[in-house]
Amino acid sequence: MPLPASACDQLRQMFGAGEVLTAVEDLIPYSFDGTAALKQLPAAVVFAQNTAQVSDLLRWANHHRVPIVARGSGTGLSGGSVPVPNSIVLCLAKMNRVLEVDAANLTLLAEAGATTQAIAEAAGQAGLFYPPDPGSMKISTIGGNVAENSGGLRGLKYGVTRQYVMGLEVVLPDGEVMWTGNKCVKDVAGYSLRDLFIGSEGTLGVITQVLLKLLPKPQARKTMLASFARMEDAAAAVSAIIAAPIIPCTLEFLDRTTIHCVEDYAQIGLPLDCEALLLIETDGHPAAVAEEAAAMERICREQGAREVRVARDAGEADRLAAARRTAFSALARVGPTTILEDATVPRSELARMIRFVQQVAQKYQLRIGTFGHMGDGNLHPTCLTDERNAEEMHRVEEAFKEIFAEAIRLGGTITGEHGVGLAKKHILPQQTGGAQMRVMRELRRVLDPNGILNPGKLWD
Amino acid sequence: MGLTPPGHPAGGPSLLRGLDYSILQQCMHCGLCLPVCPTYDATLMERHSPRGRIALLRAVADGQLEMTPTLAREMYYCLGCFACMTACPAGVNYAEMFEAARAEAELSGKLENPLRRLVRSLTIGWLFMDVRRLKALGRLLRWYQISGVQQGLRRSGLLRLLPRRWQELEAMTPPVQPKWSAQIIPPVLPAVGQRRYRVALLTGCAQDILFSDVNRDTAEVLAANGCEVVTPPHQSCCGSLHAHNGELGRARELARRQLEQFPPENFDAIISNAGGCGSHLRHYSRLLGEDAQWAGQARAWDCKAQDIHEWLVRVGWRAPSGPQPSLRVAYHESCHLAHGQKIVAQPRALLRSIPGLELVELPESNWCCGSAGIYNVIQPDMARRLLERKLAHLRRLQVEVVATGNPGCLLQLINGARAAGMRLRVVHPITLLAEAYRREKVR
Repeated sequence: MPLPASACDQLRQMFGAGEVLTAVEDLIPYSFDGTAALKQLPAAVVFAQNTAQVSDLLRWANHHRVPIVARGSGTGLSGGSVPVPNSIVLCLAKMNRVLEVDAANLTLLAEAGATTQAIAEAAGQAGLFYPPDPGSMKISTIGGNVAENSGGLRGLKYGVTRQYVMGLEVVLPDGEVMWTGNKCVKDVAGYSLRDLFIGSEGTLGVITQVLLKLLPKPQARKTMLASFARMEDAAAAVSAIIAAPIIPCTLEFLDRTTIHCVEDYAQIGLPLDCEALLLIETDGHPAAVAEEAAAMERICREQGAREVRVARDAGEADRLAAARRTAFSALARVGPTTILEDATVPRSELARMIRFVQQVAQKYQLRIGTFGHMGDGNLHPTCLTDERNAEEMHRVEEAFKEIFAEAIRLGGTITGEHGVGLAKKHILPQQTGGAQMRVMRELRRVLDPNGILNPGKLWD
Repeated sequence: MGLTPPGHPAGGPSLLRGLDYSILQQCMHCGLCLPVCPTYDATLMERHSPRGRIALLRAVADGQLEMTPTLAREMYYCLGCFACMTACPAGVNYAEMFEAARAEAELSGKLENPLRRLVRSLTIGWLFMDVRRLKALGRLLRWYQISGVQQGLRRSGLLRLLPRRWQELEAMTPPVQPKWSAQIIPPVLPAVGQRRYRVALLTGCAQDILFSDVNRDTAEVLAANGCEVVTPPHQSCCGSLHAHNGELGRARELARRQLEQFPPENFDAIISNAGGCGSHLRHYSRLLGEDAQWAGQARAWDCKAQDIHEWLVRVGWRAPSGPQPSLRVAYHESCHLAHGQKIVAQPRALLRSIPGLELVELPESNWCCGSAGIYNVIQPDMARRLLERKLAHLRRLQVEVVATGNPGCLLQLINGARAAGMRLRVVHPITLLAEAYRREKVR
């Protein structure tokens, strides 16, 4: 339903005429995010330039009971930023400044719309390091990273976004602006509200500024690629590396389907005749890096790796990692609709989970390519299908139900880094149980009594 | 002389609905195209991004949206630089969608107004359909430029009486060559030394008038590398201008003329030295796939159509020798060479083979310069922004020469450098190679 003319006028007063979009040609491109097969037209799209505008909008929306869906670049993979009916999309992509790099305190302050890449570069220019690196880092925004608690390729050693958020500026649903957290490494004053907003998927407040923790840049890095004729061998190699015990920064896994698609796009000479590839990277002190790299190469060979290729230089290492980042999109070469999932299990259960996914694919006669962050147990079984084939889509649904049930049974989670959003709200209670659901609902009701922020996400 | 009739036949065929749906469906809206899209970069609005445009085109194909004036204009706001295709891991064929969408925009008549219709009829519909007309205009322009009239007008300040847009257009009038390709390239140029290949050289339309010297250099470089070069004196436009501007019917007509003039079986390769034309030339089978008489020929043509840089690297070229002047050169990538044809390493390799030449990497070398066919004429503001961005990089590099393999980019950079008062030679890479060969002979 279009917004009444009076509402449009008010929005134009708040944001300026050019920053309020209501034409259908502008609404259609904001009706989706990176998640397959989820679409909903908003009533309007507005671009905020500063926190005061966000505050004005939320106060207005709270008064008029208008749903607000905050959004950055729309690269999310759980439908977290897909509009809800009659909602206003609040796009923060234009609030994209990196405000401060504080080398003395190892922190960085940025507006919510700054891209992850811009943040990584700003840190890098100061000789520092921002580790979280979602696959979409070139375009994803930091506000979205925090709201969805994104992960990435370095999660194994460095963790997810949560580990790097020191403070947040948040606009609450009633329009009040709140700062939580600061530059202190230790701060135990009161509840950790900062943590409450991380991963809140735009339901508790709108994040407008983020204070991030930075690390010293690792002095050395080594990247290698190990190919395996059998999936089990690759999984065994991962277990052996972790048990060694070595914690590399990246331990990524690609199956045969994924390898072929990525090579088709990136043409970097990936071996095409193997069942599984491990992309391994270690970073840190040069001596430790050399030792760990040698140990991991030996372990891979012991576990039956056919070939272990060590990147000759930083350029080759970057190409390999960049190619891995494209895996999700490259899989779209095979099937018109690519449904990417995010099941995660304790690392000890990886081999079992991968086998289970294969069995389910066979049972439902589906093409499921699997890749993921093997070192942290985060798998992305990806179904290559066609959304126009209703019968097959039904089988996809059934298959993923089984996959998630198994992940939960193994002590895992339905999402390791993408969030719940719209895509997984039906299985959230299965994982969390009743008490957790109740607490979460009550928290949300207290903060957003009128239910204006991203309603229908996480749960109905 | 009129173009496609105005008005979309009610309920009639839609090119987008007729398009293979899987091409539209291929986009999984991951967003990896956003950071490389110059128009999205400038506005941060989804409608100005490949992902957004594809969503709109899909809505048309799905019957949820009609071709609207806004969407039609949007397709002309897109530069057609195809940087998104290089960035897209899913392999979305944006080029085909883009052509179909512009053609549908024309078919719908949503952009119709008398002036636009007149200008398009005169240029795309008439001038570029017959190179003789273009050459006649070229003579006129040449007279304007060398007779002193242009200089006089520019000095007198009389031009300032014209509307601002006209002044800008006058400033963009390209320097016309004194001779056309046919006057400086023999119809058959024998190979130097042993003949290894027989190739055809496309002289192009605008290229022939504005850069016939590049055509001559191309012929000489080919000959120097064992190619017998066949260059028929009367050639027509390849149709890229038409296809990229929504005139698929005329593009087909011109493609058929090319196939007639250059039967692919007669040549080892059909050589183009214009990036924009080249990226169109390799898709004649897409254009003529439904044409029973020509489809087979078109497929054969697609295999033979080669960019000059690509061909030289493929057959192995001879590096120039001897003492050569030292030169710092930057390479600007034509979008349709880099993104349309994926030709990235070859021009650099050719340049590096010239003794004394230092190739300096230009930051954002494959970011559009704003020329984009006739984009700089129809979207002057966006084009100017992109040109300024490009010139800023060149200024910081402090190079003497910038090389680029497409007439549109050459013109854009020549005009840009002149207007900015920069001392910068703008040149086709093949010209640098030809000059280096010539210096060998002098020695």
